[in-house]
Amino acid sequence: MASVELKAVGKSFGDVHVLSGIDLDIADGEFLTLVGASGCGKSTLLRIIAGLEVQSTGNVLIGGAPVDHLRPHERRVAMVFQSYALYPHMKVFGNIALPLVMSRLNVFERLPLIRMLSPRRHRVMPEIAREVRAVAEQLQIEALLERRPSQLSGGQRQRVALGRAMVRSPAAFLMDEPLSNLDAKLRVHMRSELADLHARLGATFIYVTHDQVEAMTMSSRVAMMDNGVILQLGRPGELYSRPATVKVAQFIGTPTINLLPARVGAGHVVELFGTALPVRVKHAVGSALTLGLRPEAVTAAPVALAARDHQHALVGRLHRSENLGAEHILHVDLAEPASGTLTCKVASEPEAFVDGNRRLALTFSPAACHIFDSDGRRIGDADVQSAAESSVPAPARVAVQ
Amino acid sequence: MSTSALAAPIVAPLRNRQQWVERFAGMGFAFPAFMLLLVIDIVPLLVLLYLSFTNYELGALDTRFVGLDNFRKAVGDAVFRRSLGNTFVYVAIVLPLAVGLGLLIAVLLHSRKRTRSFYEVIYFLPVTSTLIAMATVWQFLLHPSLGPINGVLKALGFHEVAFLSEPSLVLPTLAAIGIWHLVGFNMVLFLAGLSAIPRDLYEAAEIDGCRSGIDRFMTITWPLLGPTTMFVIVTTSITAFKVFDTVAVMTRGGPMGSSEVLLYAIYLEGYQYFHMGYAAALTLVFLVFVLLFSIVQTFALDRRVHY
Repeated sequence: MASVELKAVGKSFGDVHVLSGIDLDIADGEFLTLVGASGCGKSTLLRIIAGLEVQSTGNVLIGGAPVDHLRPHERRVAMVFQSYALYPHMKVFGNIALPLVMSRLNVFERLPLIRMLSPRRHRVMPEIAREVRAVAEQLQIEALLERRPSQLSGGQRQRVALGRAMVRSPAAFLMDEPLSNLDAKLRVHMRSELADLHARLGATFIYVTHDQVEAMTMSSRVAMMDNGVILQLGRPGELYSRPATVKVAQFIGTPTINLLPARVGAGHVVELFGTALPVRVKHAVGSALTLGLRPEAVTAAPVALAARDHQHALVGRLHRSENLGAEHILHVDLAEPASGTLTCKVASEPEAFVDGNRRLALTFSPAACHIFDSDGRRIGDADVQSAAESSVPAPARVAVQ
Repeated sequence: MSTSALAAPIVAPLRNRQQWVERFAGMGFAFPAFMLLLVIDIVPLLVLLYLSFTNYELGALDTRFVGLDNFRKAVGDAVFRRSLGNTFVYVAIVLPLAVGLGLLIAVLLHSRKRTRSFYEVIYFLPVTSTLIAMATVWQFLLHPSLGPINGVLKALGFHEVAFLSEPSLVLPTLAAIGIWHLVGFNMVLFLAGLSAIPRDLYEAAEIDGCRSGIDRFMTITWPLLGPTTMFVIVTTSITAFKVFDTVAVMTRGGPMGSSEVLLYAIYLEGYQYFHMGYAAALTLVFLVFVLLFSIVQTFALDRRVHY
């Protein structure tokens, strides 16, 4: 077990820059997830750590020592592939035993027939068998050791791939979308198993996925990547509650965050669809902003009720609702002067708030808004203040009606 | 109860009728293929079987049924026994070399990127050529006094080598030409097998500690080429067993019968001496050998190829 450090790692294929200037310190025993859409460079980064790909610039350190000149097996890392990459011609036992056979026996002790003559092999093999069995026991696959990969289910193959990684007690586990070939139910199950495994082994895990749920549920920290750079690095909760950019905000959270066009109005107050919110920013008056509003931060109410209570409300017409059992996702077409659509997640049936014209009011707390500047960067909390505390008179309500 | 009792007589004939329709449709679809098989394979085989029990000669007016006489004659026939032995020697030389070289070239070419297609064409050219025509070219190349190969040998200070008229050299020489003709084909088959091996496996093997090319070959490439290798071995041995063109053009079984092979012996009996009955019997023996060959290899190798 060891820490993994990346220092200004870059990778380009010809003129195409896949990664640029990645700095990342992964502590010993940490579960770090690299998350991002396909093509963001996360798999390439993992392959550079593994040594399967050579970086164009920068250094990789494992356990504090540079490993740039080392071949993959010398880096003492184990990798779990998306396809599991199990050796189809070997039984499960052979698959798990291979890393040990390769490191503990020499060429002659591995050659068919000739290996029978080696007395050392007869001493080493029982040792290897014992270790393979110990790992198989941990993963509850002892019964499968004599089967071939083709006779296993997806989940079982996944465990064998994990076993092959575990048996070497590696410095770090590298996982490249290991759950994406499993069906939805099994994926949820394996998610908690992987988290348990990490807790039990206490090893460093570097996990690549495009699934934000996997990133959020298992990791100690998440690095959200896009276009070859890390957009944000932090605890899963931070990425959700304080996204650094619009892209992070869009990627993390389901359903996707609502993005509404806003601007800086007179007195540096944020204006949404012409109405001032009780929020001030330091940006120049008139500059464009993007306001991010999570569907779960929006509450629905009957239009009449919202008007009476003078809440910050947007009015719209219910376009479609999705019943998820415990909650409902409402897609609302916003009415004048607002425009566009807004998604919101509510606990009760939409019939509780729509009127005869399927109209409803949507309210939210100004504190729940994420405000981004015209470049898509989060406007830090230091710049956002409740207008009520400031000297500028605040609008009493933001009802758009 | 009452409804099912009522429904049964109506449903049963319907189901019967559907079964009949399906069965006839199935037969209808199989019919053309079966007819082809019958006309091209089965009927000629039956005719062959019948002829092998007669003393039929081409153009003969009366033909007698002679039972197993043809086979009895074959067992005692020195020419037949020698040609059978020569054929086995020929296969024993061609099979390992044509398969081994095909695999070696395929593995070497598979790792090349830009020059790969260039070499593929070069190695495949002999396959596309007509062996009869190429045999004539080889005959010239190997000629003791006019051929360039002996020219090079002499220039290097060696003695002239009579490749085709020295009894101990003629079979290896013919085998070398057979290998030259087969390697390209085997190479293409192996290349196809190689590209079917997922790249992930090599990467996993690299992380698991397969350091050298030999490690990778022994751990991944060779075992995963199992099905391809089985196919290549079966087709190569059958092709080698059928050696005929080079013998007919270059040596005519000589010198002193040292390059007589099975198919050439059959050809002589049937089309030179017109002993059709006897030739049919020899052909049957040849077919049985090819069949045994394939069966043994398929079963022996099948046990090692199981995924």
